[in-house]
Amino acid sequence: MGYVKKNRDFHEARWDEPFIMEMGNPGERGILAPKASEEVKKLSGSLEELIPANLRRKKAPKLPELSQMQVLRHYMRLSQETIGTDINIDIGLGTCTMKYSPKVHEQLVRMEKFQELHPCQDESTVQGILEIMYQDEQYLKAISGMDRVSLKPAGGSQAIFANVQTIRAYFEEKGEGDQRNEIITTILSHPANPGTAATLGYKVITLYPDENGLPDIEALKAAVSEHTAALMITNPEDTGIYNDRIRQFVDIVHEAGGLCVYDQANLNGVFGLTRAKDAGFDMCHYNLHKSFSSPHGCQGPGAGAQCVSEKLAKYVASPTVEFDGKKYYLNDNRPDSIGRLRAFYGVPSVLIRAYAYIRSLGADGMKQIAELSILNNNYLIKKLLETKGLSMPFAKGRFRMEQARLSWRELTEETGVTTDDICRRIVDYGFQDYFTSHHPRVLPEPFTPEPVETYSKDDMDEYVAAFAAIADEAYTDPELVKGAPYKAALGARIQEECLTDWSRFATTWRAYKKHMNRPEEQEK
Amino acid sequence: MTKVGLIVNPVAGIGGKVGLKGSDGEETQKKAFELGAVPESGKKAAIALRILKSEKDFVKIITCPGEMGENVCKEAGMDCEVISVPDESKRTGRDTTSDDTVRAAREFLNMGAELILFAGGDGTARDIMDAVGTSVPVLGIPAGCKIHSGVYALNPKKGGELAVRFVQGKVLRLKEAEVMDIDEEQFCKGIVCSRLYGYLKIPEEIRMVQNRKSGSVYSEEGAIERISDYLADTWDGEALYIVGGGSTTASIMKRMNLPYTLLGIDLVCAGQVIAADCTEKEILEAIDACASGKVRILVTVIGGQGYLFGRGNQQISAEVLRRVGKENIIAAASPDKMLSFLGKSLYIDTGDEEVNRYLTGYMRVIVGYGEYVVMKVSD
Repeated sequence: MGYVKKNRDFHEARWDEPFIMEMGNPGERGILAPKASEEVKKLSGSLEELIPANLRRKKAPKLPELSQMQVLRHYMRLSQETIGTDINIDIGLGTCTMKYSPKVHEQLVRMEKFQELHPCQDESTVQGILEIMYQDEQYLKAISGMDRVSLKPAGGSQAIFANVQTIRAYFEEKGEGDQRNEIITTILSHPANPGTAATLGYKVITLYPDENGLPDIEALKAAVSEHTAALMITNPEDTGIYNDRIRQFVDIVHEAGGLCVYDQANLNGVFGLTRAKDAGFDMCHYNLHKSFSSPHGCQGPGAGAQCVSEKLAKYVASPTVEFDGKKYYLNDNRPDSIGRLRAFYGVPSVLIRAYAYIRSLGADGMKQIAELSILNNNYLIKKLLETKGLSMPFAKGRFRMEQARLSWRELTEETGVTTDDICRRIVDYGFQDYFTSHHPRVLPEPFTPEPVETYSKDDMDEYVAAFAAIADEAYTDPELVKGAPYKAALGARIQEECLTDWSRFATTWRAYKKHMNRPEEQEK
Repeated sequence: MTKVGLIVNPVAGIGGKVGLKGSDGEETQKKAFELGAVPESGKKAAIALRILKSEKDFVKIITCPGEMGENVCKEAGMDCEVISVPDESKRTGRDTTSDDTVRAAREFLNMGAELILFAGGDGTARDIMDAVGTSVPVLGIPAGCKIHSGVYALNPKKGGELAVRFVQGKVLRLKEAEVMDIDEEQFCKGIVCSRLYGYLKIPEEIRMVQNRKSGSVYSEEGAIERISDYLADTWDGEALYIVGGGSTTASIMKRMNLPYTLLGIDLVCAGQVIAADCTEKEILEAIDACASGKVRILVTVIGGQGYLFGRGNQQISAEVLRRVGKENIIAAASPDKMLSFLGKSLYIDTGDEEVNRYLTGYMRVIVGYGEYVVMKVSD
């Protein structure tokens, strides 16, 4: 029997640290670089000559002036005010696949041999990383069943974007570019699917779930036509319910002449169990930083893999990594390609970790990932659903895959405590706040946990115990939960209006100062 | 100090518990009292007021005498200023009329009320709308038999919480919400005949107002703007458009710089309104006269019941629908409104079974710029 800690009496560090832009004094320095000797100056010329006029600033940037020690202390304090995957039981971020990323992989990406590579180096000097990228592609072809994989995208949404570009290129070549101007997706798919489709000028047709929580197949039949370019769908959706009619969905769209794209950003529930190609899909994509283990969150680094069938292979982004039997090389001579998508090729640190992950697990290991993540999830749900006020809408009694969308609706109706309140309160228990739902919130008061394969039974029991305690608080002292957090780094509540009112957005320091100088803010 | 006007309709909802379908009209009210009905709207208003009391230093309540507000304030322990509408003789509240509501709401407006809180049902909402229109934010505490309008908080408690947020300056947006009512006489005979009477301006708040299920951070107004832009950009200049009532279609007309009838049917052709507030006959004549032969019907989903046709737009009759054809119907509504029908269906009730059958199945509804949802349509 393991040990389940029920109340840690957790308290996060709270430094109330100012912005670094507000700190320091004129003249304070971290480094005083020695002046160049006369001899060197003679050889190098003056600074003005070295830097082209168009790259020279007219005025010095308004950067904070601080010594090394003050800077170090500032960031150490901020680091104490975060709750990352390595410090907490990070089960709450459903759809994000917050698995353990093996530390031995960090040794690989921190090797000098890798760190000092530059993307502008000659191909003959980077055969090692090209080989890894080439092998990654071969493995991902086997995992997806597809015929070509591009590792060019810098993240999941960019891979989806590349898939939509591929759809467009395919139909333009067929002479159906103008006619096929609609993309069908579902309300429970990731917003990047309708988002990229709309960005590339497609009409977006959205399907709602039927009473079983699966996309309404009759609505799909009504939606397809000679205008259908593609179906962009995921399985399972955020609800975790496996769509066992997925093959029928694909067939309906194919019959109408459209393509089918499988969003597999999160592969954890089907790793080694099913393959996109076998379900008839023409394309899919993976977020390699999720299922293939790179530390992620907080904007990166990520990497996307675009996987396509034979007929779409010529369209994927350029360059591709090829092997001529002797050497690896980047192929830019691909006239039908959708283009470069971004500079250079792939995000090598994530691609190395993915390579190491695949090699260390092997085919059987991957299958085990799916099996364990499904097993963990169904154990977690069963325990969580013993919590008063928490329920799981749709498909009652059916097992879920690797994640599930739950709802606090009952608890909210009975106590007034909302999912957002609980999300803040859970931080007082030493857990990161959880993922509620993508927008829009289709289900009321959502909560989407995903325990992946790396959490133990003890971990899950501790996690569940915290929610049971909070539900208890909600029914006995709702104000306690509504006033949370008390023991987190941030005592102050987020001013929601600053997140929704564009006129108050502050994306730069200058904008922030401008807002703060407004008279109505001064009063607060 | 925020000035909040409070109107309690003391007879709201009294018909409900004694099996009458509504409470409108003196006869019904008399009958309800005879059957032993006890007014509950005051209790519901008091729940909201007790929550609002937390802001008592920042809020000034103005209200009507006796049962129309004063007593509720006393019960909740909230200071208030009492106006002289209605007069002293109606202190018991049983003999107040809809005219008293109208006059009180007007008085609040004159006194500079920043929010009008009312406890009542659809009848009360209509009276307040008649008095103040959309000139001041209004919030309903649901207390009537008929709660078809979209102007109420989810429940009295939420009403109080939303009023607190309003007083704290945390309500960032207002939105227009439908004032609907059903004809009680018809309803008592088993015929549902609901009508859209107009709009009140209410605080837009996630989760606290009825009929808003999604927690989208995007405003309803922004969504309707995108729908309007899309329809304006794809408008067929040659076609005759039969434009149904409602604030969504009104926004589209505004975007096209066209005048509109909020609660009626307008006909648009070649960039102009060729007929306003039309009858079925006028619509049929216009279809006959349409040179291009291209006719479109543009409608929104009115009210919380999900009716596309047959509620509030009976002028677009079975005959009109038959002649225009299913493929030429354009439906548009905000994404939040559509999400409120998740797992449900939209409805049509044209009074003609054949046309009803013809229109059932699935239909696309425009919810953004080039964005649609596929909705089930039933009769």
